[in-house]
Amino acid sequence: MALLLEQLLNGVQLGVMLFLLAAGLTLVFGIMGVINLAHGSLYMVGAFASAFVAAQTGSFLLALLAGLAAAALCGMAVEYVVLRRLYARDHLDQVLATFGLILFFNQGMVLLFGRQPLFVDIPPLLQGAVEIIPGVPYPAYRIAIIGVGLLVGLGLWFLLQKTRVGMLVRAGATHRDMVRALGVDVRLLYTLVFGLGALLAGLAGLMAGPIFSVQVGMGEQILIQTFVVIVIGGLGSVRGAVAGALLVGLVDTLLRAFLPATLRSVMQGADADALASGLASMGIYVLMALVLLVRPRGLFPAHA
Amino acid sequence: MRDRLLLGLALLLAIALPWLAEAAGSPATVSLATRMAIYAIAAASLNLVLGYGGLVSFGHAAYFGLGGYAVGILYAHWRSEELLLGLIPGSIGLLPTLGAAMLLGGASAAVLGALSLRTRGVQFIMITLAFAQMLFFLFVSLKAYGGDDGLSIRRRGEFPGLDLRAPAQLYWLCLGLLVGWLLLLWRVTRSRFGQVLAGARQSERRMAALGVSVYPYRLVAFVISGMGTALAGGLMANALRFVSPDMMHWAKSGELMIMVILGGLGTLLGPVLGAIALVGLENWLSAWTEHWQFILGPILLAVVLFGRGGLMALLRRVLPA
Repeated sequence: MALLLEQLLNGVQLGVMLFLLAAGLTLVFGIMGVINLAHGSLYMVGAFASAFVAAQTGSFLLALLAGLAAAALCGMAVEYVVLRRLYARDHLDQVLATFGLILFFNQGMVLLFGRQPLFVDIPPLLQGAVEIIPGVPYPAYRIAIIGVGLLVGLGLWFLLQKTRVGMLVRAGATHRDMVRALGVDVRLLYTLVFGLGALLAGLAGLMAGPIFSVQVGMGEQILIQTFVVIVIGGLGSVRGAVAGALLVGLVDTLLRAFLPATLRSVMQGADADALASGLASMGIYVLMALVLLVRPRGLFPAHA
Repeated sequence: MRDRLLLGLALLLAIALPWLAEAAGSPATVSLATRMAIYAIAAASLNLVLGYGGLVSFGHAAYFGLGGYAVGILYAHWRSEELLLGLIPGSIGLLPTLGAAMLLGGASAAVLGALSLRTRGVQFIMITLAFAQMLFFLFVSLKAYGGDDGLSIRRRGEFPGLDLRAPAQLYWLCLGLLVGWLLLLWRVTRSRFGQVLAGARQSERRMAALGVSVYPYRLVAFVISGMGTALAGGLMANALRFVSPDMMHWAKSGELMIMVILGGLGTLLGPVLGAIALVGLENWLSAWTEHWQFILGPILLAVVLFGRGGLMALLRRVLPA
């Protein structure tokens, strides 16, 4: 029971990380119609910047600011220099151009920081564990991640539903040409939305630092999972990103936690572990294939 | 007429390459050219769905890897003399192993294609990527065939009269298969089948109005493409004498797509030029600096942003038809 609860929370925590990435990616796709493979690179930039500043200054707050600023600035620069030219192109060109960006960013990080993974300490305030129910301790840091995810989710909802900028963003997603015709500076709006997406990716990256190691290539692994999330949720839909992220986070975590024991009851230990980890990694892709076969446009299609 | 002459000249040069390389004192060129020919087969196959069919498959590395593993697994069973699944004996014959590679590639493309082709646009890109990732993780977890570490193949395929241990013979085999595969693709794209496929790319609606259901055509194209890519994978397993899940990595799918775009989408010889250019560029840059991807990335970006039509279009500008 305690194990199940712990794994459920782990699943939600992975879901939160995926949501932070998926929200930006799905907004960028919904509004500008761009598939950005380099979104994972922004996650990596945020993680590296914050790990570097944390190691240099020892200040958690400065590291946080550095991670967010680096990712957002990097994102806006990428939008200004490259992606702006891809809005009118087909998806194939977007995939290839942003694939080129991934190579560039990955090698750039190798040049700057080397191939050795960086390790980041958990900020002192969040070290230790909290008892969620009596007798079940859970790391405070992971609870903080879940909390941040909730706050960001609420903030995004408020921004999109209750503010003027949010109104323009929503209008831009459904009636792009009309918004342009009404005299809104769409280019600025695009750059800002892209910057927001990059900021969230950077936030996910810097929070991931203490849990996973910070290394080159960390972006791609989570990027593909993020794509699974937004395709399951429905491209361009923030609501879908929430649902998809939680679903993928839970399915992936629970499979990894409980499949090895299940398989070990029918076959030998080492083989069972290897097969279980493979099957668990396949799980979310099977889930995505199933969802797409039943609902080809995802669970919450944006332009229904 | 002039085009045919040039093409014949290029083919003659390609055939004479091992002797030229020996005369120039750089035998490594032959294995480089072998890699180019193998990737050209894979890129030309991908081009059938990507260029002619307009279907952006981001998972073709899966078929490349399956072809490689077909050869590798048959070798492993030939060596251990155990039957595969209790039925199939292992083999190192060139015909049975490459045949098995194409069969496996075609069968998986039929299943995965039948499912993927129900979706459109971005969803199609993502579902093909997802299926490729699934197979990638499956082979990572198959410890019996090396898992993460891959599988060494100590013997290249055997065929009476051929000795594939000689680099030149392996190269000629790959070159011959490339030429044969291109001729087949040339016939396919010129046939009624190819016209329907191209029509479906331009407008599915128009094809429906003509009374043609495009789904079966796309599926057959997908299967042919999967078979060709798996053949390339089987040849690669022979060339490297090694297979690993890396052959199925999603970056490999990206590389294959780049070869097609770089050479020229929807042209017969474009993917060949693209494969030669990309493999050559990687080889040249990596000899020059360890951080070659730092330079390759922006080059790719520039090709996508400014190089409409790829190398084929460039060639056409130099040599107008």
